[in-house]
Amino acid sequence: MVVAIRDEQRADRLFQALADATRRDIVRRSLQGGHSVSALARCYPMSLTAVQKHVAVLERAGLVTKERNGREQVVRADVGTLRTAHELLDQLGTVWSDRMDRFGELLAEPDDDETEQGAPT
Amino acid sequence: MTVTDVRTDPAALTMTISAEFDAPVERAWQLWEDPRQLERWWGPPTYPATVVDHDLSVGGGVTYFMTGPEGDRHHGWWRLVAVRAPSRLEFEDGFADDAGRPNPDLPTTTTRVTLEERPGGGTRMTIETTFPSTAAMEQMAAMGMEEGMTLAVGQMDDILRAGATRG
Repeated sequence: MVVAIRDEQRADRLFQALADATRRDIVRRSLQGGHSVSALARCYPMSLTAVQKHVAVLERAGLVTKERNGREQVVRADVGTLRTAHELLDQLGTVWSDRMDRFGELLAEPDDDETEQGAPT
Repeated sequence: MTVTDVRTDPAALTMTISAEFDAPVERAWQLWEDPRQLERWWGPPTYPATVVDHDLSVGGGVTYFMTGPEGDRHHGWWRLVAVRAPSRLEFEDGFADDAGRPNPDLPTTTTRVTLEERPGGGTRMTIETTFPSTAAMEQMAAMGMEEGMTLAVGQMDDILRAGATRG
């Protein structure tokens, strides 16, 4: 799960791509199946060019792929890349879940704790 | 003890974790309030924490360092934003240089701790961490790697077992 971070530039692109609400929405829609760029453009109050730019950012980050289908460019979400973004966050969650584990162990100790550590003060 | 829930929300830049303990709220609060108890759970066994300054009042703060296997020290700090014993604690936390001075080049997160009594007794503790930006989140993930790996190997099993027995 850690290997993903080795390419920091890639992670950077990934999170920058996900930092925009329109782009997150494009990813969400393309997860449910392929959408043409022009169909996507109709969903947002912006020009086709603006939507094409968003798709290009997502494509560079590896979040979506574009394939030609006749005259249409069909956009599909890349599930594997999305999983990487989640894994990065999950890793941060692991730091805290481990803290909670130790917190619980400490609480479970008998109240009259003998200082077994014996650290000199 | 069970880690009941970890939720990450890349859009809102938050990570929320909840856990339940049999001990009462006042007892759980002591683990934050007493620096000697805090340092027993803050760092992983391979990076134990030493708390230097500890003042849990608004405007006050905590400074600490974690000592690695090679004797390497990693300093950190908290600045208290809100405190209401024994149920609420909110602080900014960040990294510091070797002298313990806050390092402005590294990301700062905001952590909100809520302790509440469970209906059947015991404590439910919720920790919400907010990141200032996606870039910061990514940086934190990279920095948490070492720690993350340690616990993945040594302690995930326990957590999973605890989760499994609860069904």
